[in-house]
Amino acid sequence: MTSLSFEITIGILKIFSFVVPVLVSVALLVYLERKVLGAVQLRKGPNVVGPFGILQSFADVIKLLTKENLLPSSSNKFLFIFAPMLTLILSLIAWAVIPISSTYVIANINIGILYLFAVSSFGVYGVIIAGWASNSKYPFLGALRSAAQMISYEVSIGFVIITVLICVGSLNLIEIVESQKNMWFAIPLLPMFVVFIISALAETNRLPFDLPEDEATLVAGFFTEYSSISFGLFFLAEYANMILMSSLTVILFLGGWYPPIDIFPLNAIPGIFWFIIKVFLILFVFLWVRATFPRYRYDQLMRLGWKIFLPLTLIWVVITSAFLFYFGLLPN
Amino acid sequence: MTTLIKYIKSFTLFELMKGLKLTITYFFKPKVTLNYPNQKGPISPRFRGEHALRRYPNGEERCIACKLCEAVCPAQAITIEAEPKPDGSRRTSRYDIDMTKCIYCGLCEEACPVDAIVEGPNFEYATETREELLYDKEKLLRNGDIWEKQISENLKRDSKYR
Repeated sequence: MTSLSFEITIGILKIFSFVVPVLVSVALLVYLERKVLGAVQLRKGPNVVGPFGILQSFADVIKLLTKENLLPSSSNKFLFIFAPMLTLILSLIAWAVIPISSTYVIANINIGILYLFAVSSFGVYGVIIAGWASNSKYPFLGALRSAAQMISYEVSIGFVIITVLICVGSLNLIEIVESQKNMWFAIPLLPMFVVFIISALAETNRLPFDLPEDEATLVAGFFTEYSSISFGLFFLAEYANMILMSSLTVILFLGGWYPPIDIFPLNAIPGIFWFIIKVFLILFVFLWVRATFPRYRYDQLMRLGWKIFLPLTLIWVVITSAFLFYFGLLPN
Repeated sequence: MTTLIKYIKSFTLFELMKGLKLTITYFFKPKVTLNYPNQKGPISPRFRGEHALRRYPNGEERCIACKLCEAVCPAQAITIEAEPKPDGSRRTSRYDIDMTKCIYCGLCEEACPVDAIVEGPNFEYATETREELLYDKEKLLRNGDIWEKQISENLKRDSKYR
């Protein structure tokens, strides 16, 4: 009995040791986004709250928490409140299988990548429920767009992941990283890496693919009717998803916790730091892209997903497997 | 050949990379933001801010109650009442400016024959209630006392262009 309660305590502590850093890095990411956008537009960004304005996001959270939570009279009350919770929970439970270093992971399951793919596909439910429960036209259109967009880009993400899996021969995330000890997959699979980053942008509804929350046409998209902390939960979930997708990029293509070159001053740094550095590098690319490109038109978005990425990834799966088969490099 | 180049360009994301290169150069450029409450932009000597009624160096009011400002004011924000003082001079007994009506055109300043009413360099006089923006003579004279140094300097700097 004591050993069971001990294990439960350890499990809860382990979960907190993931969730708390994720939420803190969400705050950091929001701050970083405003700083990067400001810098690109020759502004300074937030610099008043705390040193260099680093506490700005916490001030924003306090503002959101103290605001009134409005429920539209025509909405479905239960689903309206349930949707942001679902979205946030789904973006947090995905962290259960993310290995920060070779030993530090909550659940080292042998179908880690499948689990991640399933959970990120579930993410669309939160959006659709929010759009439907609001009972208002803009959220509904935003939800429809979001559903179509996420499904389209999940197809190409699926093929990219299959390409990586063919090279690794395992669905376990730790084994995927360990097979990149000598060569990161970003180098031999460069086109897939680019396709994955672009699809990740579309999957997390980031610019230039943020049509579900397109201000010009849909006010704020699927969370138009949300206010106060239920809006905050969507916000949190969106950024947690961004961090999740960039850690997935790091795990699949950038060698997880391994240093770029296995030489002395670099491999003395603990792997966890390499992982965090790489994740923030990818996140910087996300923000950089946001600061650069205008929004896609919806038909262009669909054309890119179905007519370019799908054939490209499909061809690359065939090329990779043919190459590995011909040279006898297929993992058993 | 041109179509081939077009395909190569679109598959290597050439144009997108060009855009990214441009934004990253801007990322490292010096920023133009002013930290407003601590740092303020330069103001022209002609700047038309909060109004003030000036005095002569001996402390006497400049305003002679000619009511030219009241007449010229396009927003009819100025109200003046006048009566002779015990010493026989003509002075205002009431000089009100409704700052919520004022459009800051500067015509009162232009009309004034004795440089009594001026628009000073102050632009930070936001208030919490509307009533506080209905300025009376006392408030305007106090503004004049506070800002006199800068106002006279600005008038001097601008005088050669008038």
